Amino acid sequence: MPDVNRGNRPLSPHLTIYRPQITSISSILTRITGNALLLSALLVVWWLLAAATSPSAFALADGILTSIFGKLVLVLSLWGLCYHLLAGLRHLYWDTGGSMEIVWAEKLGWACVIGSVMLTAICVAIIWEIA
Amino acid sequence: MAYLTDRKRAEGLGSAKEGTHHHWLMMVSSASLAVLTPFFLFTFAPMLGKPHADVVAYFGQPFPAIITALMIAATFMHFKNGVQALIEDYVHGVARKIAIIGTICLSYVAAATGLFAIARMAL
Repeated sequence: MPDVNRGNRPLSPHLTIYRPQITSISSILTRITGNALLLSALLVVWWLLAAATSPSAFALADGILTSIFGKLVLVLSLWGLCYHLLAGLRHLYWDTGGSMEIVWAEKLGWACVIGSVMLTAICVAIIWEIA
Repeated sequence: MAYLTDRKRAEGLGSAKEGTHHHWLMMVSSASLAVLTPFFLFTFAPMLGKPHADVVAYFGQPFPAIITALMIAATFMHFKNGVQALIEDYVHGVARKIAIIGTICLSYVAAATGLFAIARMAL
């Protein structure tokens, strides 16, 4: 069998050797937000289950989610959702073969970061209005 | 071993294994979530902090119930496959399989719980 002993060959440079760039940071943020959104999704499921269970269970879940800490978590979740959504659209666009050049990857990276903050503010304003 | 050709020994050992199937699942779920997310956000978020009876009545309506149910199903299937990619990058050996199975179980349990809650309020 080949590759039984890979030897002590040098490995290609990895994360630790590179200075942070918008391309790498925007990619890492996509992964962090996507996985961290599990907490938000579970909170939503808990809130829905509590609403379906009883008024007292709902009072507990709703009380925690609408507390200052709960609101902080929800707004951070909203930002994570906005960022992950924009980064996901970027991936779908890249899958068509468009804008693969580094200069465009960098521009789209900044668009995701700045756009997610703007989108979060817009969403909070809309929810504030219709709530 | 001596009877196997080099090609036969190498087949199925590549990193892709199932080809592009996983990527396709991510594309389908992300595209559907891109559409569902704004609908979900503006049906779900305004109900936070509302009285219990109003919330139950609200999710008893067809539109909020269907949007929320679709969002829960699509989210956790997207999560299940997305976390698998994360685990495959950082976890190896038996721990990798345990982590992936755990993620799949968690995703289905959370999705089933959310769908049950919607069904209970809507039906």
